[in-house]
Amino acid sequence: MELLLASAIGLLAAGGTYLCLRARTFPVVLGLTLLSYAVNLFIFAAGGLRIGQPPIVGASLAMSDPLPQALVLTAIVIGFAMTAYLVVLAVRARAETGGDHVDGGA
Amino acid sequence: MTPAALLYAVVALPFAGAVLPALLHVRGRTLVGWVAAAAPVAGLLILWFLGSQVFDGGTWRVSVPWMDAIGLYLSFRLDGLALLFCGLIFIIGLLVILYARYYLAADDPFGRLLALLLVFMGAMVGIALSDNLLLTLVFWEATSLSSFLLIGYWSDRPDARQGARMALAVTGMGGLALLAGALLLGDMAGTFEISELVRHGDAIRAHPHYTAALVLILIGAFTKSAQFPFQFWLPNAMAAPTPVSAYLHSATMVKAGVFLLARLWPALSGTDQWFYLVTSTGLVTLVFGAYTALFRHDLKGLLAYSTIAHLGLIVLLLGMNSKMAAVAAVFHIMNHATFKASLFMAAGIIDHEAGTRDMRKIAGLWRYLPHTAVLATVAAAAMAGVPLLNGFLSKEMFFDETLALKRAGTVSWIVPAAVTLASVFSVAYSTRFIHDVFFNGEWKRAGPVPHEPPRWMRIPVEVLVALCLLVGIAPDATVGPMLAVAAGSVVGGALPDYSLAVWHGFNGAVVMSVIATVLGLVLYFGAQRVYDLHAFEGRSPWTGARLYQMVIDWLIAFTRGFTRLTADGRLQRQVALLLLVAIVAGWWSFAQGVPGRSLDRYMPLDGIALIGWLVLAICLVGAVAMHRQRLTALMLVGAVGLMVSATFAWFSAPDLALTQLTVEVATILVLLLALPFLPEATPLESSAPRRLRDAIIALACGFGLGGAAWWMMTTSGATVSAEYVVRSLPQGGGTNVVNVILVDFRGFDTYGEITVLAVAGLGITALLAGASHATRSESGDGPQFRPILFTLLARTMVPLALLLSVYLFLRGHNLPGGGFVAALVTGAALGTLYVAQGVAWSRRHVPIDFTRVMAIGMAIAAATGAGAWLFGRPFLTSAHGYVHLPLVGDLHLSTAALFDLGVYLVVVGVTMLIVTELGRLTPTARPASR
Repeated sequence: MELLLASAIGLLAAGGTYLCLRARTFPVVLGLTLLSYAVNLFIFAAGGLRIGQPPIVGASLAMSDPLPQALVLTAIVIGFAMTAYLVVLAVRARAETGGDHVDGGA
Repeated sequence: MTPAALLYAVVALPFAGAVLPALLHVRGRTLVGWVAAAAPVAGLLILWFLGSQVFDGGTWRVSVPWMDAIGLYLSFRLDGLALLFCGLIFIIGLLVILYARYYLAADDPFGRLLALLLVFMGAMVGIALSDNLLLTLVFWEATSLSSFLLIGYWSDRPDARQGARMALAVTGMGGLALLAGALLLGDMAGTFEISELVRHGDAIRAHPHYTAALVLILIGAFTKSAQFPFQFWLPNAMAAPTPVSAYLHSATMVKAGVFLLARLWPALSGTDQWFYLVTSTGLVTLVFGAYTALFRHDLKGLLAYSTIAHLGLIVLLLGMNSKMAAVAAVFHIMNHATFKASLFMAAGIIDHEAGTRDMRKIAGLWRYLPHTAVLATVAAAAMAGVPLLNGFLSKEMFFDETLALKRAGTVSWIVPAAVTLASVFSVAYSTRFIHDVFFNGEWKRAGPVPHEPPRWMRIPVEVLVALCLLVGIAPDATVGPMLAVAAGSVVGGALPDYSLAVWHGFNGAVVMSVIATVLGLVLYFGAQRVYDLHAFEGRSPWTGARLYQMVIDWLIAFTRGFTRLTADGRLQRQVALLLLVAIVAGWWSFAQGVPGRSLDRYMPLDGIALIGWLVLAICLVGAVAMHRQRLTALMLVGAVGLMVSATFAWFSAPDLALTQLTVEVATILVLLLALPFLPEATPLESSAPRRLRDAIIALACGFGLGGAAWWMMTTSGATVSAEYVVRSLPQGGGTNVVNVILVDFRGFDTYGEITVLAVAGLGITALLAGASHATRSESGDGPQFRPILFTLLARTMVPLALLLSVYLFLRGHNLPGGGFVAALVTGAALGTLYVAQGVAWSRRHVPIDFTRVMAIGMAIAAATGAGAWLFGRPFLTSAHGYVHLPLVGDLHLSTAALFDLGVYLVVVGVTMLIVTELGRLTPTARPASR
């Protein structure tokens, strides 16, 4: 199972990186989204894998590690704001330069 | 409060006093001068009050923690050496203020000069009084910075700017070395308190890091005190106004280096490394400075090189590992400050009256400035070491010490020989200073005839020259006690027997003096006659200043080239380079071997997870492969996000799953709204090799991150979470540990994060508000096709979703939910409504200003945090309790819930701000696709 998650993280990171290296803004935004999935899962994985043991006191005997979850939770929300900001930046750049190349222009 | 607390006042007064001249400069120079003089006068009075105990052999000390954890204390200590330096700094500072009042031209801002001088004065007093090495460094940097501003006072002159930059670069670099050395030293001694540290001298000298620390500290001291090979900044700093030179480059700033050596003398001296490094530097500097001074045509240039030579002399004395030499060093510090400051002031008067400082153009000033001539002659004689003047006494002590030096073995004679040679030059340049300016023919320059300066401009010179004479004639009665306590605090123990008498009988030192004086006179007048000294053009390609310039030019060229190579404005290239660096760095640190013990049991694979993995992989590959079809790619990325959310749910992270799910909806919504404003499809423009290269980089990154994840999950490691879990219910009052961590334990983190969100929201608003009007429509309700089913569903869903978010919010502290998730549910629901109904309709029915919602949220979060202050607790300390209500039962109330409400409002505000701002753009203005 660990290998499964690790390979998923690797795939997400590879896909995200490849899209980040594209020349147009929209694929870059998608790439960053994929990268943030990868990184969030990565940090989450730092706490180890557990099934059916949510970090709720009294819910089960053992408990998954709550700290990485707390860190990832805010990271997800911030990632959303970043994505939104980037896409708005792309829209604005299109309005200003008439194109969507990452270096500006068409 | 003890009298020792007055030491804080001594340090603070000049800084406080610096404000007044800056404010009052419009009220006239005399008033500003008086105001500025108040700080040093008050400082002197306090020193007078505290000084009697110092003369009785005691010290004053105060200390309060500044940064306890790193050993930084606001410790000040007044001992003999500190008293001597503070006295010099304040007295010469006062004289310089008086002198500057008459020196500056009418249009030079006097207030600014005084303000800077006082800041500098405060920094110097701080160095002198500081009893903490780190605190010394703070003031050390303050002197570098304020001297930069003082040297560059005439900022419209290129030479002033260049000189200021050079001084800052050299002394700043030295300051860095000193910082490293001080850290090493503090580590060796186990303390940064200097009075404590010097008691560990033996342990420090025996420590393996001793040599490294010594070299670093010496670099710091030598750059500041203009020792070879760092001496070149000082002549270039002569572009400063003369009062500044008289203050910084004779009595104070350049003395900071030798002061530090004297301060740390008990801790560092006594070893071979100390002896060879310090004496050789001092000796080379002494001879080099004295030789070069003779060939300078600029009066201040001559004085600058002479200062370099005299600093070399002091450094040489401190390097000799002898208590007697240390006494001589302290004595010469005092003497040099008096005669050199007066000579700089005299040079300023000459410059003022003759209109130039170039000795080739001045002659015969004796007839016009007889008074100044007498003063300058006495001071120059003191510099040359003529009997009955203070310079003679410390020079004789110095000669005695060099003769007593046996440490260098059979070549010990080299030191007295070299020192005599330097003295020959010293006599020669002192003679030149007087002869070239005041005699050497008739005054020939055109223009107004020079005349004596104003009465008050001469007074500072007169005071200093009188001191030279008094000390020279009756040393014991004047400076004897001061020297004894100052030298006593350098050597840290009993002083050797010495006598300050003017005449010690006919001994080796006298022979050296006679030789130096005779040969010096012969050298100067001979050189005048045989060569023409005025025709000398010293242009060596290897001057320090030129080497410095070469280094600076090379650095600038290198950084420009490097920037061109790595950041040429093409983002793809930069990102690829960054990724490559990250891959190499990651691989390298992994190759060093990884810590941790491998776990031997793994979680078994199950079928559902495998199916989930397959779905994720297929969607991901599809998204990447079809990324040029934007809508398709977006849908596939959305599917990937759902699988991520499912992963969180599967592995016991319900909060994350909820958050990821709602964020996914909001993200897709935002991207959908943005898509119409971007081209429909992505042109294929990367070449096949480029795509291959990118694929390789991407796979390497993926492999690295996946590998790291694998290693992390299969290695046991300690976790800090246990504490959070234990404390969650009793202290945080909640069973959902993730939420308690977010809003309570790590609430300050969360506070920072919602601030980032708010800033992002404002940024988006600003970006779109600034967009050209062509893409903007205030109505936003164009004739668009709205699927009726979608509209109906959205309208039905909103109340339900709002109810759900209230539920999620309320239970958040104990069960999965909380402010973030609830807000995202609200945001997604309202956002869907906006998409379904259009902005105008939604605005009519949901008349909410979301910027305000965001602001209120921030205010609630901040107020909750600050509320803890009322109870004397740190920011964001939470409190909770149970209130019993009839019928309802026990109600749990917590301030963390209030904070969570702030989080909720900020997230809702930001989400809706993004949706509404994007929604207000109209797709009809879409630029034609290319």
